[in-house]
Amino acid sequence: MWKYEKKLQYPVKVSTCNPTLAKYLIEQYGGADGELAAALRYLNQRYTIPDKVVGLLTDIGTEEFAHLEMIATMIYKLTKDATPEQLKEAGIDAHYVNHDKALFYHNAAGAPFTATYIQAKGDPIADLYEDIAAEEKARATYQWIIDLSDDPDLNDSLRFLREREVVHSQRFREAVEILKEERDRKKIF
Amino acid sequence: MEQLPQEYYQLLEEIQSVDFVIVELTLYLDTHPDDYNALQQYNQFAAYSKKLKDNFESLFGPLEQGSLIKNTDYWSWSSSPWPWQV
Amino acid sequence: MENSPNTYTWMKTYQTYHSVYDPCPPLGTRYYSTPPNLYLGFQPPNLEQFQPNKALKKGTLWPILYDYYENPYEKKRR
Ligand SMILES: [Fe+2]
Repeated sequence: MWKYEKKLQYPVKVSTCNPTLAKYLIEQYGGADGELAAALRYLNQRYTIPDKVVGLLTDIGTEEFAHLEMIATMIYKLTKDATPEQLKEAGIDAHYVNHDKALFYHNAAGAPFTATYIQAKGDPIADLYEDIAAEEKARATYQWIIDLSDDPDLNDSLRFLREREVVHSQRFREAVEILKEERDRKKIF
Repeated sequence: MEQLPQEYYQLLEEIQSVDFVIVELTLYLDTHPDDYNALQQYNQFAAYSKKLKDNFESLFGPLEQGSLIKNTDYWSWSSSPWPWQV
Repeated sequence: MENSPNTYTWMKTYQTYHSVYDPCPPLGTRYYSTPPNLYLGFQPPNLEQFQPNKALKKGTLWPILYDYYENPYEKKRR
């Protein structure tokens, strides 16, 4: 089971009222390499991967939900007080027509979330390589959003999230090494 | 609705810092389960986090399911503001 | 570890061919990230750590895994 904590993993601040940024951020909410896809991918793979790396998949998968909440917070703060007119100027009028200000699991281009984003091959090496690739893709997505954003406080939170992908990728790479290891032979650093 | 005092943000960030160390050590220990020093450090921070949360919860209400409710005349778990609102 | 990851750079560059028929002026140098996790290998024990509040700000407990990112095209223009 999961327990909810009434706090964000990292303080999210947004300094400028610029709803356009919400349009980019939705990519990490309901996009292929977004936080929802990441959480569901890792938690789902746990059931068939060797026990040695189940803990890692559980913990990274759980952290991804904390990141999902951070992204939702950014979008919420950017759109909460915006008028329909401002949303139109920001290019999110189509979203407004369909959803008002409700968050929706779709990517920056409006394509709805799909389970096909999440691969599960059942082969431990294939799945971990998929996870490493997912982390690098999420890292790259954060870079492209930072490139487009000129909000210093928002970029601070985005840099935190990008760095987390670096650390996750590191741990998944170590998980591969653990599964490659010959039995009974001591780890060499 | 009344806005939260600066103290809320300061105390919360302290908890976020300590809990972040716990997250980092957790992932590290998942791939380094025999690192004794990291394990010791994990326990230190787990105890410290508990202490900080106890203090925070007595001022601003429960942080997680299962927390002791310190103000017993109202069920403050379901009270605003929520994390994305502060 | 054979190489200290500190000897690596976290950003690489490359050039693209520019045709006389390309409609836009050349963007110049292209960039891509090569963060520390590509070089570290299996993390050795007892590495230097950031203080808790600094670790949170940086997004990692370990300086060896830290990679600050900023828009490389913006940086060039400044
Ligand atoms: Fe991640």
